[in-house]
Amino acid sequence: MSAAATSQGEFLQHHFTTPEQQADAGKIGMWLFLVTEILLFGGLFVGFAIMQSLHPRAFLEAHHHLDRMLGFINTVVLLTSSYTMVMAVHSARTDRRKRVIVYLLLTLICAGIFLGIKCVEYSHKFHEGLLPGRFYSHKGDTVPGQFMFFSFYFMMTGLHGIHILGGMAIIAWVLRRAARGDFSHSYYTPVDLVGLYWHLVDLIWIYLFPLLYLIQ
Amino acid sequence: MTDNYLSSPRGFKSWLTTVDHKRIGVMYLASILFAFLLGGIFAILIRIELLKPGHNIMSADTYNRVFTLHGAIMIFLFIIPSIPAALGNFVLPLMLGAKDVAFPRLNLASYYIYVAGALLAISAMVAGGVDTGWTFYTPYSTTTNGSVGLMTFAAFVLGFSSIFTGINFIATVHKLRAPGMGWFRMPLFVWGMYATAIIQVLATPVLGITLLLIIMERVFSVGIFNPQLGGDPILFQHFFWFYSHPAVYIMILPGMAIISEVIPCFSRKTIFGYKAIAYSSIAIAGVSFLVWGHHMFVSGQSSLANVIFSFLTFLVAIPSGVKVFNWIATMYKGSISLEAPMLYAISFLLLFAIGGLTGLFLGALATDVHLHDTYFVVAHFHFVMMGGTVMAFLAGLHFWWPKMFGRMYSEKWARVSAALIFIGFNVTFLSQFVLGSRGMPRRYYNYLDQFQPLHVFSTVGSWVLALGFLIMAGYLWASLRKPMDAPANPWGAVGLEWQTSSPPPEHNFETVPTVTGPPYDYSPVEPEPAEVHA
Amino acid sequence: MDAHATAASSYAKVLGALLALTVITVLAAGFSFGSWNVIIALGIASIKASLVALFFMHLRHDKPMSAVIFVTGAAVLGVFLMICTLDSNARGDDPVRPATRDSGALAISVPSSPSTPGTPAPGQSRLPGTPTKPR
Repeated sequence: MSAAATSQGEFLQHHFTTPEQQADAGKIGMWLFLVTEILLFGGLFVGFAIMQSLHPRAFLEAHHHLDRMLGFINTVVLLTSSYTMVMAVHSARTDRRKRVIVYLLLTLICAGIFLGIKCVEYSHKFHEGLLPGRFYSHKGDTVPGQFMFFSFYFMMTGLHGIHILGGMAIIAWVLRRAARGDFSHSYYTPVDLVGLYWHLVDLIWIYLFPLLYLIQ
Repeated sequence: MTDNYLSSPRGFKSWLTTVDHKRIGVMYLASILFAFLLGGIFAILIRIELLKPGHNIMSADTYNRVFTLHGAIMIFLFIIPSIPAALGNFVLPLMLGAKDVAFPRLNLASYYIYVAGALLAISAMVAGGVDTGWTFYTPYSTTTNGSVGLMTFAAFVLGFSSIFTGINFIATVHKLRAPGMGWFRMPLFVWGMYATAIIQVLATPVLGITLLLIIMERVFSVGIFNPQLGGDPILFQHFFWFYSHPAVYIMILPGMAIISEVIPCFSRKTIFGYKAIAYSSIAIAGVSFLVWGHHMFVSGQSSLANVIFSFLTFLVAIPSGVKVFNWIATMYKGSISLEAPMLYAISFLLLFAIGGLTGLFLGALATDVHLHDTYFVVAHFHFVMMGGTVMAFLAGLHFWWPKMFGRMYSEKWARVSAALIFIGFNVTFLSQFVLGSRGMPRRYYNYLDQFQPLHVFSTVGSWVLALGFLIMAGYLWASLRKPMDAPANPWGAVGLEWQTSSPPPEHNFETVPTVTGPPYDYSPVEPEPAEVHA
Repeated sequence: MDAHATAASSYAKVLGALLALTVITVLAAGFSFGSWNVIIALGIASIKASLVALFFMHLRHDKPMSAVIFVTGAAVLGVFLMICTLDSNARGDDPVRPATRDSGALAISVPSSPSTPGTPAPGQSRLPGTPTKPR
């Protein structure tokens, strides 16, 4: 994506008068988008809450199949990736191009680890027949209805995982721009905004983890 | 002839890759008008089928598909994008004195997403159709055959188009106002679009997840809405209406926004109660999120929720009432002229009042028990959506037509069309209030003989309505073949969009305007004295 | 620059707090506090979320508009959750509601034609059949 070069800044678009105006507008736009994500996932949280209140024993039984240690590790990984992301933004704002690249790479690595662990968890579920809805085939349940929990488990972590993948793609894009030297203290909006998105993905997991893995 | 946004840059490719809000608005306009035609054809077919009980021109299964598609097309492909994306995109930046919206590329993306969603919806129609009603209630929608998955996915895609428009408008209003234009110097059209955008951003994602859940139920039987599996079908209705009720305010707020522009201009008088109208737009947006359960009074919702929602529904009518009174007060002692935009605006006042009032009848629990799922509801929402939003859309279309295309349409034919539309609309839908209160259920293919006279009356009304629209299509098309000779300000209106040429140049303004006074300052323009006959 | 160094170290401190809170919430889940468990877990999650929002997402230092947008979105979600839960609970007392909905046990039956006798054996988890048209 190229932007027209003007006398005021290489990346100032023609309909804005100052870079600050452009940056502010971008921030408002990204926060509005984040709110749509909150409400999208929020629907799943509401569904989960209501179904859990209707079938508490089934949900309780079912969640024992989740590996708390893996969930904990994933939480640590994602929180760390949030740290590396905000350090990338900070580095962009302080004109440290190499650090931006390093921190963005670390964020990508953390994201990869997260997805890797999720793959491990998912394959365990497939082996045990702990699948959503009609595909649930786990044997030996004493409490019936656990398929509903796994419906939500896969929908929520699946949608979250899709957002991680999308996040990795845009982080890679920003990484490429950072390597090109696009960012400085006067223009680092793309890093900033991608960072906000990434933090939201982390925020969602902050709620997913206790609800899915730790409920009593 | 000087270059304008239509003529330069040239070429088909320049249109496909444009990020100019005016061109995007025009592309949206053409698309939503096409959607209106498609939805309208389905409406005509419905009304022809209902000329007599039982089989007329289609089977019962086909009838279910036709009314579903009529609703889905009209709501998702026509009315929700209509004013914001077609007129708003064009006019809002001009009204603010801006060069474009905040995110021009997002704007173009929003249009292409709309096209993708439309193509998906058409594929769903062709692939077998959907017979669930546009409301997709479970468990029928999660178990029936037909292209429900494809249609819900189409609606999911279209939702992003709406969200992106909303994001763009909010950022634009916050950051791109001309120097001197504080919030309370903005035209009320902008306030209305801003309130609409808030709803678009907050409500649409919940529709998104609802549609995804329908698909999950169909593919995976996840169980959330299926009572056989321990799920809750009423929860579906909560999910669905949490978006779809605010959605109807996405539909009406832009219409009200247009009325606030047209009435002062054609009354040669400043708007009465500017701040009240501005605040009422925000109030409507806020309270609209609290009333969705009034669609579910007889679905099995708890009595506690019923009472709460009924009360809040009465509250939400208040800001709308404030607006109607302020518009009438604006006209009082004004110098009224009855050009087409004003004819539609006055139609709006009457028809929206009826529509809004009948909404209150439905919001009262006791009456809703009798009126729910009857033609009374059908009449109510057509009065607010067509008698309200479409009339306002037509007012805006005629008001800004010369600005957008540089040509005036034939005022004579516009008046003929407006009269036919007003008469046709009332014949079609007033009769449906009677039908509904006498017990005719909605979405019914067959009916008791006693309802036939009113059904015939309603169908004849739909033909008059269709004729009005055909004539409109005729004179609007004819106007485009005339030379571009409209003046910059054919109506003597006040507002920044009238201070640039018709059509505007690509960059909107030769010099960025500065705002020094309040909006709607019609006082310097003296009404012409009436002729005195001895 | 000093201000930036402070910013960088405060990010590290926030990460430390987040990790500590994560450990706490996992440990707390090992104890049984009855219905308080959910409140504790969600409470800790909300503290973590606030730290991320205020510091990593810069809400503390940015113009207030960002925070207004975020809080409004969360509030709307809150309203949705509250009223759906209110309605779901209030409906539980309705005598018309089928008795299949009891605490913990789901009534599950294979969707079959009326001639198929009985329900699945206890302990047998359900494999929902294709939920489509009647035979």
